Amino acid sequence: MSEIALVTQLKDKFGDGIVTVELAAIDAWVEVTASALIDVCEFLRDVEDYHYDMCNCITAIDYLHTDPKKAEKVDWAPHIELVYHLSSIATKKTLVIKVKIPRWKDEAAQQLPEIPSVAGVWTTAIWHEREVYDLSGVNFIGHPELKRILCPDDWEGYPLRKDYEMPLEYHGMRGR
Amino acid sequence: MSATNIDDPRVIEFDVRTDEMIINMGPQHPSTHGVLRLALRTDGEIVSDLEPHIGYLHRCAEKIGENLTARQFVPYTDRMDYLAAMNMNLGWALTIEKLLDHDVPEKGRHLRVLICEMNRIASHLVAMGTYGLDLGAFSPFLYAFRERERILDLFEKTCGARLTYSYIAPGGATADLPVGWTAECSKFINQFKKVIPEFHTLLTTNAIFIARTTGVGILSPRMAIDYGCTGPVLRGSGVYHDLRFHGEERYTELYDGYEFDVICADSETGKYPSSHQEVYKDGLEYPDVPSDAILGDCWHRFYVRMLEVVQSVRLVEQSIVKYDACSGSHGEPIKLTQKLPVGEAYLETEAPRGQMGFYVVSDGQSNPWRVRARSSCFSNLYVTAPLCRGVLLADVPAVVGSLDVVMGEIDR
Repeated sequence: MSEIALVTQLKDKFGDGIVTVELAAIDAWVEVTASALIDVCEFLRDVEDYHYDMCNCITAIDYLHTDPKKAEKVDWAPHIELVYHLSSIATKKTLVIKVKIPRWKDEAAQQLPEIPSVAGVWTTAIWHEREVYDLSGVNFIGHPELKRILCPDDWEGYPLRKDYEMPLEYHGMRGR
Repeated sequence: MSATNIDDPRVIEFDVRTDEMIINMGPQHPSTHGVLRLALRTDGEIVSDLEPHIGYLHRCAEKIGENLTARQFVPYTDRMDYLAAMNMNLGWALTIEKLLDHDVPEKGRHLRVLICEMNRIASHLVAMGTYGLDLGAFSPFLYAFRERERILDLFEKTCGARLTYSYIAPGGATADLPVGWTAECSKFINQFKKVIPEFHTLLTTNAIFIARTTGVGILSPRMAIDYGCTGPVLRGSGVYHDLRFHGEERYTELYDGYEFDVICADSETGKYPSSHQEVYKDGLEYPDVPSDAILGDCWHRFYVRMLEVVQSVRLVEQSIVKYDACSGSHGEPIKLTQKLPVGEAYLETEAPRGQMGFYVVSDGQSNPWRVRARSSCFSNLYVTAPLCRGVLLADVPAVVGSLDVVMGEIDR
Protein backbone atom coordinates (compact mmCIF):
# COMPACT_ATOMS: atom_id res chain seq x y z
CA MET A 1 0.00 0.00 0.00
CA SER A 2 1.64 3.13 -1.21
CA GLU A 3 -0.82 5.29 0.71
CA ILE A 4 0.69 4.33 4.08
CA ALA A 5 3.43 6.94 3.76
CA LEU A 6 0.86 9.57 2.86
CA VAL A 7 -1.37 8.65 5.79
CA THR A 8 1.59 8.96 8.17
CA GLN A 9 2.25 12.44 6.81
CA LEU A 10 -1.41 13.36 7.17
CA LYS A 11 -1.57 12.15 10.76
CA ASP A 12 1.62 13.99 11.68
CA LYS A 13 0.40 17.21 10.17
CA PHE A 14 -3.27 17.26 11.10
CA GLY A 15 -3.47 15.06 14.21
CA ASP A 16 -7.09 15.06 15.37
CA GLY A 17 -8.23 16.34 11.97
CA ILE A 18 -7.89 12.80 10.66
CA VAL A 19 -10.69 10.68 12.12
CA THR A 20 -10.43 7.25 10.49
CA VAL A 21 -8.18 5.67 7.90
CA GLU A 22 -9.39 2.65 5.97
CA LEU A 23 -6.77 1.44 3.53
CA ALA A 24 -8.18 -2.10 3.23
CA ALA A 25 -11.46 -0.96 1.65
CA ILE A 26 -12.10 -1.46 -2.07
CA ASP A 27 -11.14 2.19 -2.50
CA ALA A 28 -8.84 3.38 0.26
CA TRP A 29 -10.44 6.24 2.17
CA VAL A 30 -9.56 8.74 4.86
CA GLU A 31 -12.16 10.41 7.04
CA VAL A 32 -11.39 13.94 8.15
CA THR A 33 -13.23 16.49 10.27
CA ALA A 34 -15.15 19.28 8.56
CA SER A 35 -12.91 21.92 10.14
CA ALA A 36 -9.73 20.32 8.78
CA LEU A 37 -11.16 19.67 5.30
CA ILE A 38 -9.77 22.64 3.40
CA ASP A 39 -6.29 22.36 4.87
CA VAL A 40 -6.20 18.63 4.15
CA CYS A 41 -7.37 19.19 0.57
CA GLU A 42 -4.80 21.91 -0.06
CA PHE A 43 -2.13 19.68 1.41
CA LEU A 44 -3.21 16.74 -0.78
CA ARG A 45 -3.24 18.87 -3.91
CA ASP A 46 0.33 20.06 -3.40
CA VAL A 47 1.94 17.18 -1.52
CA GLU A 48 5.04 15.79 -3.13
CA ASP A 49 4.84 12.37 -4.85
CA TYR A 50 1.02 12.39 -4.81
CA HIS A 51 -0.33 15.68 -6.21
CA TYR A 52 -4.06 15.04 -6.18
CA ASP A 53 -4.60 17.77 -8.73
CA MET A 54 -8.02 16.66 -9.93
CA CYS A 55 -11.25 16.49 -7.98
CA ASN A 56 -13.24 13.90 -9.90
CA CYS A 57 -16.43 13.78 -7.96
CA ILE A 58 -18.16 15.13 -4.86
CA THR A 59 -21.02 13.07 -3.48
CA ALA A 60 -23.28 13.34 -0.47
CA ILE A 61 -24.81 10.20 0.97
CA ASP A 62 -27.80 10.51 3.25
CA TYR A 63 -27.77 7.94 6.03
CA LEU A 64 -31.30 7.75 7.38
CA HIS A 65 -33.83 4.96 7.73
CA THR A 66 -37.34 6.35 7.47
CA ASP A 67 -38.66 3.04 8.80
CA PRO A 68 -38.15 3.04 12.61
CA LYS A 69 -37.83 -0.77 12.69
CA LYS A 70 -34.92 -0.66 10.27
CA ALA A 71 -33.40 2.30 12.07
CA GLU A 72 -33.18 0.22 15.26
CA LYS A 73 -31.08 -2.43 13.58
CA VAL A 74 -28.29 -0.24 12.24
CA ASP A 75 -25.28 0.86 14.26
CA TRP A 76 -25.17 4.43 12.98
CA ALA A 77 -27.07 7.56 13.89
CA PRO A 78 -28.61 9.52 11.00
CA HIS A 79 -26.01 11.70 9.29
CA ILE A 80 -24.79 12.89 5.91
CA GLU A 81 -21.51 11.69 4.52
CA LEU A 82 -19.64 13.74 1.95
CA VAL A 83 -17.31 11.80 -0.30
CA TYR A 84 -14.56 13.44 -2.35
CA HIS A 85 -13.00 11.29 -5.05
CA LEU A 86 -9.59 12.66 -5.88
CA SER A 87 -7.09 11.59 -8.48
CA SER A 88 -3.83 12.79 -9.85
CA ILE A 89 -2.97 13.45 -13.47
CA ALA A 90 0.69 13.73 -12.57
CA THR A 91 1.08 10.53 -10.55
CA LYS A 92 -2.09 8.61 -11.61
CA LYS A 93 -2.96 7.89 -7.96
CA THR A 94 -6.43 8.03 -6.46
CA LEU A 95 -7.74 8.74 -2.96
CA VAL A 96 -11.13 9.09 -1.28
CA ILE A 97 -11.79 11.69 1.41
CA LYS A 98 -14.88 11.44 3.59
CA VAL A 99 -16.47 13.91 5.97
CA LYS A 100 -19.41 13.19 8.25
CA ILE A 101 -21.81 16.01 9.08
CA PRO A 102 -25.23 16.11 10.77
CA ARG A 103 -28.34 16.04 8.59
CA TRP A 104 -29.47 19.49 9.75
CA LYS A 105 -27.80 22.41 11.43
CA ASP A 106 -31.16 23.11 13.02
CA GLU A 107 -33.86 20.73 11.96
CA ALA A 108 -36.79 22.73 13.35
CA ALA A 109 -35.74 25.80 11.39
CA GLN A 110 -34.81 23.67 8.36
CA GLN A 111 -31.29 25.08 8.43
CA LEU A 112 -28.98 23.12 6.18
CA PRO A 113 -25.84 21.48 7.58
CA GLU A 114 -22.65 23.34 6.87
CA ILE A 115 -19.28 22.34 5.50
CA PRO A 116 -16.42 24.45 4.14
CA SER A 117 -16.31 24.69 0.36
CA VAL A 118 -13.28 23.30 -1.48
CA ALA A 119 -13.98 25.51 -4.50
CA GLY A 120 -10.81 27.43 -3.73
CA VAL A 121 -8.73 24.27 -3.98
CA TRP A 122 -10.18 22.85 -7.20
CA THR A 123 -12.30 25.13 -9.40
CA THR A 124 -14.31 22.16 -10.70
CA ALA A 125 -15.78 21.81 -7.21
CA ILE A 126 -17.94 24.90 -7.80
CA TRP A 127 -20.39 23.00 -9.98
CA HIS A 128 -20.07 19.73 -8.08
CA GLU A 129 -20.90 21.49 -4.81
CA ARG A 130 -23.83 23.26 -6.44
CA GLU A 131 -25.15 19.86 -7.45
CA VAL A 132 -24.73 18.46 -3.94
CA TYR A 133 -26.48 21.54 -2.51
CA ASP A 134 -29.28 21.15 -5.06
CA LEU A 135 -29.93 17.44 -4.62
CA SER A 136 -28.77 16.63 -1.09
CA GLY A 137 -29.13 19.93 0.75
CA VAL A 138 -25.70 20.78 2.11
CA ASN A 139 -24.62 24.36 2.66
CA PHE A 140 -21.07 24.95 1.44
CA ILE A 141 -19.54 27.83 3.39
CA GLY A 142 -17.41 30.08 1.21
CA HIS A 143 -18.88 28.92 -2.08
CA PRO A 144 -18.97 31.77 -4.67
CA GLU A 145 -22.49 31.16 -6.01
CA LEU A 146 -24.40 28.51 -4.15
CA LYS A 147 -27.68 28.02 -5.99
CA ARG A 148 -29.59 25.18 -7.58
CA ILE A 149 -28.13 23.76 -10.77
CA LEU A 150 -30.17 20.80 -12.03
CA CYS A 151 -33.54 21.53 -10.42
CA PRO A 152 -35.41 24.80 -11.10
CA ASP A 153 -34.64 27.69 -8.74
CA ASP A 154 -38.04 27.48 -7.06
CA TRP A 155 -37.89 23.73 -6.41
CA GLU A 156 -38.58 22.69 -2.84
CA GLY A 157 -36.78 20.00 -0.94
CA TYR A 158 -33.68 17.95 -1.65
CA PRO A 159 -34.45 14.93 -3.85
CA LEU A 160 -31.55 12.70 -2.83
CA ARG A 161 -32.43 12.83 0.85
CA LYS A 162 -33.98 9.61 2.06
CA ASP A 163 -37.02 11.35 3.57
CA TYR A 164 -37.72 13.37 0.42
CA GLU A 165 -41.28 13.32 -0.78
CA MET A 166 -42.11 13.97 -4.38
CA PRO A 167 -44.29 17.09 -4.72
CA LEU A 168 -47.87 16.39 -5.76
CA GLU A 169 -48.03 19.46 -7.91
CA TYR A 170 -45.55 21.85 -9.53
CA HIS A 171 -46.82 24.91 -11.45
CA GLY A 172 -50.00 23.11 -12.41
CA MET A 173 -48.19 19.90 -13.43
CA ARG A 174 -49.19 16.73 -11.65
CA GLY A 175 -46.35 15.14 -9.67
CA ARG A 176 -47.52 11.56 -9.64
CA MET B 1 -24.12 60.79 -29.43
CA SER B 2 -26.88 63.08 -28.50
CA ALA B 3 -29.88 63.56 -30.71
CA THR B 4 -29.00 67.21 -31.37
CA ASN B 5 -26.24 66.08 -33.71
CA ILE B 6 -28.75 64.48 -36.04
CA ASP B 7 -28.30 67.14 -38.66
CA ASP B 8 -24.54 66.99 -38.53
CA PRO B 9 -23.48 65.13 -41.72
CA ARG B 10 -20.28 63.93 -40.08
CA VAL B 11 -22.24 61.87 -37.59
CA ILE B 12 -23.22 58.60 -39.14
CA GLU B 13 -24.26 56.80 -35.94
CA PHE B 14 -26.63 58.20 -33.44
CA ASP B 15 -28.95 56.77 -30.87
CA VAL B 16 -27.22 53.42 -31.17
CA ARG B 17 -27.40 51.46 -27.95
CA THR B 18 -23.87 50.83 -26.87
CA ASP B 19 -24.53 49.32 -23.47
CA GLU B 20 -24.20 45.62 -22.75
CA MET B 21 -26.93 43.30 -23.88
CA ILE B 22 -28.12 39.97 -22.48
CA ILE B 23 -28.78 37.39 -25.17
CA ASN B 24 -30.43 34.08 -24.53
CA MET B 25 -29.22 31.09 -26.56
CA GLY B 26 -31.15 27.85 -26.27
CA PRO B 27 -32.49 25.58 -24.86
CA GLN B 28 -34.04 25.02 -28.29
CA HIS B 29 -31.04 25.87 -30.40
CA PRO B 30 -29.47 23.50 -32.93
CA SER B 31 -25.86 24.23 -32.03
CA THR B 32 -26.21 23.79 -28.29
CA HIS B 33 -26.29 20.01 -28.78
CA GLY B 34 -29.51 19.37 -26.94
CA VAL B 35 -31.28 21.32 -24.27
CA LEU B 36 -28.49 23.58 -23.11
CA ARG B 37 -29.30 27.20 -22.41
CA LEU B 38 -26.60 29.84 -22.47
CA ALA B 39 -27.18 33.29 -21.08
CA LEU B 40 -24.72 35.55 -22.86
CA ARG B 41 -23.73 39.06 -21.87
CA THR B 42 -22.47 40.78 -24.98
CA ASP B 43 -20.67 44.02 -25.61
CA GLY B 44 -21.27 44.57 -29.30
CA GLU B 45 -20.15 41.36 -30.89
CA ILE B 46 -17.85 40.39 -28.06
CA VAL B 47 -19.10 38.02 -25.39
CA SER B 48 -18.15 39.50 -22.05
CA ASP B 49 -19.71 36.81 -19.90
CA LEU B 50 -21.62 33.60 -20.23
CA GLU B 51 -23.56 31.37 -17.91
CA PRO B 52 -24.68 27.88 -18.88
CA HIS B 53 -28.06 26.80 -17.52
CA ILE B 54 -28.52 23.06 -17.36
CA GLY B 55 -31.06 20.64 -15.94
CA TYR B 56 -33.68 20.59 -18.70
CA LEU B 57 -33.19 16.84 -19.07
CA HIS B 58 -32.82 16.09 -15.38
CA ARG B 59 -34.46 12.81 -14.37
CA CYS B 60 -32.55 12.20 -11.15
CA ALA B 61 -31.22 8.86 -12.32
CA GLU B 62 -29.32 8.64 -9.03
CA LYS B 63 -32.56 8.49 -7.05
CA ILE B 64 -34.00 5.98 -9.52
CA GLY B 65 -30.91 3.85 -8.95
CA GLU B 66 -31.75 3.58 -5.24
CA ASN B 67 -35.06 1.94 -6.11
CA LEU B 68 -33.75 -0.59 -8.62
CA THR B 69 -31.35 -3.50 -8.50
CA ALA B 70 -27.94 -3.26 -10.10
CA ARG B 71 -29.06 -5.17 -13.19
CA GLN B 72 -32.26 -3.16 -13.55
CA PHE B 73 -30.32 0.10 -13.59
CA VAL B 74 -28.48 -0.77 -16.83
CA PRO B 75 -31.11 0.79 -19.16
CA TYR B 76 -30.89 4.04 -17.21
CA THR B 77 -27.18 4.25 -17.95
CA ASP B 78 -28.03 4.03 -21.67
CA ARG B 79 -30.00 7.19 -21.35
CA MET B 80 -27.15 9.19 -19.89
CA ASP B 81 -24.76 9.48 -22.81
CA TYR B 82 -27.12 8.15 -25.46
CA LEU B 83 -24.49 8.57 -28.18
CA ALA B 84 -22.15 6.15 -26.43
CA ALA B 85 -24.54 3.90 -24.53
CA MET B 86 -22.24 0.88 -24.71
CA ASN B 87 -19.54 2.80 -22.87
CA MET B 88 -22.04 3.83 -20.22
CA ASN B 89 -23.14 0.20 -19.80
CA LEU B 90 -19.51 -0.79 -19.42
CA GLY B 91 -18.85 1.83 -16.74
CA TRP B 92 -21.78 0.63 -14.65
CA ALA B 93 -21.00 -3.06 -15.26
CA LEU B 94 -17.38 -2.66 -14.15
CA THR B 95 -18.39 -0.73 -11.04
CA ILE B 96 -20.80 -3.46 -9.95
CA GLU B 97 -18.23 -6.13 -10.80
CA LYS B 98 -15.70 -4.23 -8.69
CA LEU B 99 -18.08 -4.29 -5.75
CA LEU B 100 -18.89 -7.96 -6.29
CA ASP B 101 -15.25 -8.80 -7.08
CA HIS B 102 -16.49 -10.64 -10.15
CA ASP B 103 -14.30 -11.28 -13.17
CA VAL B 104 -15.40 -11.63 -16.75
CA PRO B 105 -14.06 -14.46 -18.94
CA GLU B 106 -11.48 -13.76 -21.66
CA LYS B 107 -14.04 -13.85 -24.45
CA GLY B 108 -16.24 -11.31 -22.68
CA ARG B 109 -13.25 -9.02 -22.24
CA HIS B 110 -12.52 -8.89 -25.98
CA LEU B 111 -16.21 -8.54 -26.74
CA ARG B 112 -16.33 -5.48 -24.51
CA VAL B 113 -13.29 -3.88 -26.11
CA LEU B 114 -14.72 -4.56 -29.57
CA ILE B 115 -18.16 -3.16 -28.81
CA CYS B 116 -16.97 -0.16 -26.84
CA GLU B 117 -14.43 0.92 -29.41
CA MET B 118 -17.04 0.60 -32.16
CA ASN B 119 -19.26 2.86 -30.09
CA ARG B 120 -16.40 5.28 -29.63
CA ILE B 121 -16.07 5.53 -33.41
CA ALA B 122 -19.82 6.14 -33.76
CA SER B 123 -19.74 8.76 -31.01
CA HIS B 124 -16.76 10.63 -32.46
CA LEU B 125 -18.44 10.57 -35.88
CA VAL B 126 -21.43 12.40 -34.42
CA ALA B 127 -19.09 14.83 -32.67
CA MET B 128 -17.32 15.52 -35.95
CA GLY B 129 -20.48 15.78 -38.06
CA THR B 130 -22.35 18.06 -35.70
CA TYR B 131 -19.28 20.21 -35.17
CA GLY B 132 -19.29 20.85 -38.91
CA LEU B 133 -22.97 21.77 -38.65
CA ASP B 134 -22.23 24.22 -35.85
CA LEU B 135 -19.78 26.00 -38.10
CA GLY B 136 -22.03 25.98 -41.13
CA ALA B 137 -20.63 22.99 -43.00
CA PHE B 138 -23.48 20.63 -43.78
CA SER B 139 -21.81 17.94 -45.92
CA PRO B 140 -19.51 16.35 -43.28
CA PHE B 141 -22.59 15.64 -41.19
CA LEU B 142 -24.06 13.47 -43.95
CA TYR B 143 -20.79 11.62 -44.48
CA ALA B 144 -20.43 11.00 -40.76
CA PHE B 145 -23.99 9.78 -40.31
CA ARG B 146 -23.73 7.47 -43.31
CA GLU B 147 -20.87 5.62 -41.58
CA ARG B 148 -22.46 5.80 -38.15
CA GLU B 149 -25.61 4.25 -39.53
CA ARG B 150 -23.65 1.18 -40.50
CA ILE B 151 -22.26 0.87 -36.99
CA LEU B 152 -25.79 1.18 -35.59
CA ASP B 153 -26.89 -1.55 -38.02
CA LEU B 154 -24.19 -3.78 -36.56
CA PHE B 155 -25.26 -2.94 -33.01
CA GLU B 156 -28.87 -3.68 -33.91
CA LYS B 157 -27.79 -7.21 -34.78
CA THR B 158 -26.20 -7.71 -31.35
CA CYS B 159 -29.09 -6.56 -29.16
CA GLY B 160 -31.99 -5.29 -31.24
CA ALA B 161 -31.59 -1.64 -30.27
CA ARG B 162 -30.01 1.13 -32.28
CA LEU B 163 -29.31 3.68 -29.58
CA THR B 164 -30.10 2.44 -26.08
CA TYR B 165 -28.51 -0.97 -26.07
CA SER B 166 -28.38 -2.28 -22.47
CA TYR B 167 -26.05 -4.84 -24.03
CA ILE B 168 -23.14 -4.93 -21.63
CA ALA B 169 -24.44 -5.88 -18.20
CA PRO B 170 -22.72 -6.53 -14.86
CA GLY B 171 -21.18 -9.99 -15.20
CA GLY B 172 -20.73 -9.95 -18.96
CA ALA B 173 -23.10 -9.19 -21.79
CA THR B 174 -26.76 -10.05 -22.35
CA ALA B 175 -25.90 -12.21 -25.36
CA ASP B 176 -22.93 -13.37 -27.33
CA LEU B 177 -22.26 -11.78 -30.71
CA PRO B 178 -24.31 -13.40 -33.48
CA VAL B 179 -22.59 -15.85 -35.82
CA GLY B 180 -20.79 -14.01 -38.60
CA TRP B 181 -20.93 -10.66 -36.82
CA THR B 182 -17.17 -10.21 -36.57
CA ALA B 183 -16.79 -10.89 -40.30
CA GLU B 184 -19.34 -8.18 -41.05
CA CYS B 185 -17.59 -5.89 -38.62
CA SER B 186 -14.20 -6.33 -40.27
CA LYS B 187 -15.83 -5.72 -43.63
CA PHE B 188 -17.15 -2.45 -42.28
CA ILE B 189 -13.78 -1.51 -40.78
CA ASN B 190 -11.96 -2.15 -44.05
CA GLN B 191 -14.41 0.05 -45.89
CA PHE B 192 -14.42 2.67 -43.14
CA LYS B 193 -10.64 3.02 -43.21
CA LYS B 194 -10.88 4.25 -46.76
CA VAL B 195 -13.43 6.88 -45.75
CA ILE B 196 -11.45 8.50 -42.92
CA PRO B 197 -9.28 10.57 -45.32
CA GLU B 198 -12.52 12.00 -46.74
CA PHE B 199 -13.34 13.48 -43.35
CA HIS B 200 -9.93 15.10 -43.19
CA THR B 201 -10.45 16.58 -46.63
CA LEU B 202 -13.91 17.82 -45.67
CA LEU B 203 -13.05 19.41 -42.34
CA THR B 204 -9.54 19.05 -40.91
CA THR B 205 -7.82 20.71 -43.86
CA ASN B 206 -10.72 22.93 -44.88
CA ALA B 207 -9.49 26.54 -44.93
CA ILE B 208 -12.74 27.95 -43.52
CA PHE B 209 -12.84 25.33 -40.79
CA ILE B 210 -9.25 26.10 -39.85
CA ALA B 211 -9.97 29.82 -39.77
CA ARG B 212 -12.99 29.29 -37.54
CA THR B 213 -11.35 26.94 -35.03
CA THR B 214 -7.66 27.74 -34.70
CA GLY B 215 -6.76 30.09 -31.88
CA VAL B 216 -10.32 30.04 -30.54
CA GLY B 217 -11.14 28.91 -27.01
CA ILE B 218 -7.64 28.11 -25.85
CA LEU B 219 -7.62 25.91 -22.76
CA SER B 220 -4.32 25.68 -20.94
CA PRO B 221 -3.33 22.31 -19.44
CA ARG B 222 -3.31 23.75 -15.94
CA MET B 223 -6.77 25.19 -16.32
CA ALA B 224 -8.06 21.97 -17.89
CA ILE B 225 -7.00 19.99 -14.82
CA ASP B 226 -8.27 22.62 -12.39
CA TYR B 227 -11.68 22.63 -14.07
CA GLY B 228 -11.81 18.82 -14.03
CA CYS B 229 -11.83 18.45 -17.81
CA THR B 230 -11.24 14.94 -19.08
CA GLY B 231 -11.15 12.96 -22.28
CA PRO B 232 -10.41 14.64 -25.63
CA VAL B 233 -10.83 18.07 -24.03
CA LEU B 234 -7.97 17.35 -21.63
CA ARG B 235 -5.80 15.65 -24.23
CA GLY B 236 -6.46 18.46 -26.71
CA SER B 237 -4.60 20.67 -24.24
CA GLY B 238 -1.59 18.39 -24.38
CA VAL B 239 -2.10 16.49 -21.12
CA TYR B 240 -1.01 12.89 -21.46
CA HIS B 241 -3.81 11.11 -19.65
CA ASP B 242 -6.05 8.32 -20.88
CA LEU B 243 -7.73 5.97 -18.43
CA ARG B 244 -7.32 3.07 -20.85
CA PHE B 245 -3.64 3.39 -19.89
CA HIS B 246 -3.72 5.19 -16.58
CA GLY B 247 -6.96 4.05 -15.04
CA GLU B 248 -7.71 1.46 -12.45
CA GLU B 249 -6.47 -2.07 -12.95
CA ARG B 250 -9.95 -3.49 -13.38
CA TYR B 251 -10.40 -1.22 -16.38
CA THR B 252 -6.91 -1.20 -17.89
CA GLU B 253 -6.70 -5.00 -17.85
CA LEU B 254 -9.45 -4.99 -20.48
CA TYR B 255 -6.87 -3.49 -22.82
CA ASP B 256 -4.02 -5.81 -21.82
CA GLY B 257 -2.20 -7.03 -24.89
CA TYR B 258 -3.66 -4.36 -27.16
CA GLU B 259 -1.51 -1.93 -29.09
CA PHE B 260 -2.70 1.64 -29.38
CA ASP B 261 -1.60 5.15 -28.55
CA VAL B 262 -2.83 7.92 -26.32
CA ILE B 263 -3.67 10.74 -28.72
CA CYS B 264 -1.98 13.79 -27.30
CA ALA B 265 0.46 16.29 -28.73
CA ASP B 266 3.99 15.82 -27.48
CA SER B 267 4.73 18.51 -24.91
CA GLU B 268 8.10 19.33 -26.49
CA THR B 269 7.73 18.82 -30.23
CA GLY B 270 3.98 19.48 -30.44
CA LYS B 271 3.66 16.47 -32.75
CA TYR B 272 0.91 13.87 -32.51
CA PRO B 273 1.81 10.15 -32.43
CA SER B 274 2.30 8.87 -35.94
CA SER B 275 0.99 5.35 -35.43
CA HIS B 276 -2.14 6.17 -37.41
CA GLN B 277 0.07 6.17 -40.48
CA GLU B 278 0.82 2.49 -39.91
CA VAL B 279 -2.85 1.73 -40.36
CA TYR B 280 -2.44 2.99 -43.91
CA LYS B 281 0.43 0.98 -45.23
CA ASP B 282 0.30 2.81 -48.56
CA GLY B 283 1.81 5.88 -46.90
CA LEU B 284 -1.26 8.08 -46.85
CA GLU B 285 -0.40 11.63 -45.88
CA TYR B 286 -2.12 13.02 -42.82
CA PRO B 287 -2.72 16.72 -42.48
CA ASP B 288 -0.13 18.66 -40.54
CA VAL B 289 -1.11 20.86 -37.65
CA PRO B 290 -1.97 24.26 -39.17
CA SER B 291 0.50 27.01 -38.33
CA ASP B 292 -2.26 29.09 -36.69
CA ALA B 293 -3.32 26.33 -34.32
CA ILE B 294 -2.40 26.79 -30.67
CA LEU B 295 -2.31 23.79 -28.36
CA GLY B 296 -5.60 23.62 -26.48
CA ASP B 297 -7.75 25.44 -29.03
CA CYS B 298 -10.89 24.14 -30.73
CA TRP B 299 -8.97 22.73 -33.67
CA HIS B 300 -6.78 20.57 -31.43
CA ARG B 301 -9.77 19.18 -29.53
CA PHE B 302 -11.35 18.29 -32.85
CA TYR B 303 -8.16 16.74 -34.20
CA VAL B 304 -7.67 14.57 -31.10
CA ARG B 305 -11.07 12.99 -31.75
CA MET B 306 -10.26 12.43 -35.40
CA LEU B 307 -7.05 10.61 -34.51
CA GLU B 308 -8.77 8.65 -31.75
CA VAL B 309 -11.08 7.22 -34.37
CA VAL B 310 -8.05 5.66 -36.07
CA GLN B 311 -6.82 4.25 -32.75
CA SER B 312 -10.26 2.74 -32.20
CA VAL B 313 -10.07 1.18 -35.66
CA ARG B 314 -6.77 -0.40 -34.64
CA LEU B 315 -8.31 -1.68 -31.41
CA VAL B 316 -11.35 -3.09 -33.20
CA GLU B 317 -9.14 -4.92 -35.69
CA GLN B 318 -7.10 -6.46 -32.87
CA SER B 319 -10.12 -7.34 -30.79
CA ILE B 320 -11.82 -9.14 -33.68
CA VAL B 321 -8.80 -11.42 -34.01
CA LYS B 322 -8.61 -11.99 -30.26
CA TYR B 323 -12.36 -12.53 -29.90
CA ASP B 324 -12.46 -15.06 -32.75
CA ALA B 325 -9.61 -17.01 -31.14
CA CYS B 326 -11.55 -17.38 -27.86
CA SER B 327 -14.04 -20.06 -27.07
CA GLY B 328 -16.35 -20.63 -24.13
CA SER B 329 -18.64 -18.20 -22.36
CA HIS B 330 -18.79 -14.45 -22.97
CA GLY B 331 -19.86 -13.99 -19.34
CA GLU B 332 -23.39 -14.41 -18.05
CA PRO B 333 -25.00 -11.30 -16.54
CA ILE B 334 -25.68 -11.33 -12.81
CA LYS B 335 -29.13 -12.27 -11.54
CA LEU B 336 -31.82 -9.63 -11.63
CA THR B 337 -32.07 -9.58 -7.85
CA GLN B 338 -28.41 -10.23 -7.10
CA LYS B 339 -27.61 -9.00 -3.57
CA LEU B 340 -24.72 -6.57 -3.37
CA PRO B 341 -22.15 -6.96 -0.58
CA VAL B 342 -21.89 -4.23 2.06
CA GLY B 343 -19.38 -1.69 0.87
CA GLU B 344 -18.80 0.87 -1.79
CA ALA B 345 -16.97 1.06 -5.08
CA TYR B 346 -16.05 3.89 -7.42
CA LEU B 347 -14.72 3.34 -10.90
CA GLU B 348 -14.04 5.62 -13.81
CA THR B 349 -13.82 4.57 -17.42
CA GLU B 350 -12.65 6.42 -20.49
CA ALA B 351 -15.89 7.11 -22.34
CA PRO B 352 -15.69 8.97 -25.66
CA ARG B 353 -16.46 12.27 -23.95
CA GLY B 354 -14.19 11.85 -20.96
CA GLN B 355 -14.01 10.05 -17.68
CA MET B 356 -17.35 8.58 -16.75
CA GLY B 357 -17.44 7.49 -13.13
CA PHE B 358 -19.97 5.41 -11.27
CA TYR B 359 -20.12 5.20 -7.51
CA VAL B 360 -22.26 2.64 -5.76
CA VAL B 361 -22.80 2.28 -2.01
CA SER B 362 -24.49 -0.85 -0.75
CA ASP B 363 -25.90 -1.85 2.62
CA GLY B 364 -26.26 -5.51 1.64
CA GLN B 365 -29.58 -5.35 -0.19
CA SER B 366 -30.07 -5.88 -3.90
CA ASN B 367 -30.96 -2.22 -4.30
CA PRO B 368 -27.95 0.03 -3.79
CA TRP B 369 -28.11 2.50 -0.91
CA ARG B 370 -26.76 5.24 -3.12
CA VAL B 371 -25.87 5.51 -6.77
CA ARG B 372 -23.77 8.33 -8.15
CA ALA B 373 -22.82 9.05 -11.73
CA ARG B 374 -19.86 11.33 -12.30
CA SER B 375 -20.50 12.91 -15.65
CA SER B 376 -17.56 13.93 -17.81
CA CYS B 377 -19.55 16.49 -19.80
CA PHE B 378 -20.73 18.13 -16.56
CA SER B 379 -17.17 19.14 -15.73
CA ASN B 380 -16.24 19.80 -19.36
CA LEU B 381 -19.18 22.16 -19.83
CA TYR B 382 -18.23 24.25 -16.82
CA VAL B 383 -15.14 25.45 -18.64
CA THR B 384 -17.23 27.12 -21.41
CA ALA B 385 -17.70 30.28 -19.36
CA PRO B 386 -14.00 31.14 -19.03
CA LEU B 387 -13.31 29.95 -22.60
CA CYS B 388 -16.03 32.14 -24.10
CA ARG B 389 -15.11 35.35 -22.29
CA GLY B 390 -13.79 37.74 -24.90
CA VAL B 391 -14.62 35.69 -28.00
CA LEU B 392 -16.93 36.78 -30.80
CA LEU B 393 -20.58 35.83 -30.51
CA ALA B 394 -20.26 33.64 -33.61
CA ASP B 395 -17.44 31.70 -31.95
CA VAL B 396 -19.57 30.54 -29.03
CA PRO B 397 -20.95 27.57 -31.03
CA ALA B 398 -17.38 26.79 -32.08
CA VAL B 399 -16.28 26.55 -28.44
CA VAL B 400 -19.35 24.67 -27.18
CA GLY B 401 -19.21 22.27 -30.15
CA SER B 402 -15.55 21.52 -29.59
CA LEU B 403 -16.33 20.37 -26.04
CA ASP B 404 -18.79 17.84 -27.51
CA VAL B 405 -21.33 17.78 -24.71
CA VAL B 406 -24.33 15.47 -24.46
CA MET B 407 -27.04 16.90 -22.26
CA GLY B 408 -28.44 13.51 -21.27
CA GLU B 409 -25.20 12.83 -19.46
CA ILE B 410 -24.90 16.27 -17.86
CA ASP B 411 -28.42 16.35 -16.48
CA ARG B 412 -28.74 12.62 -15.73
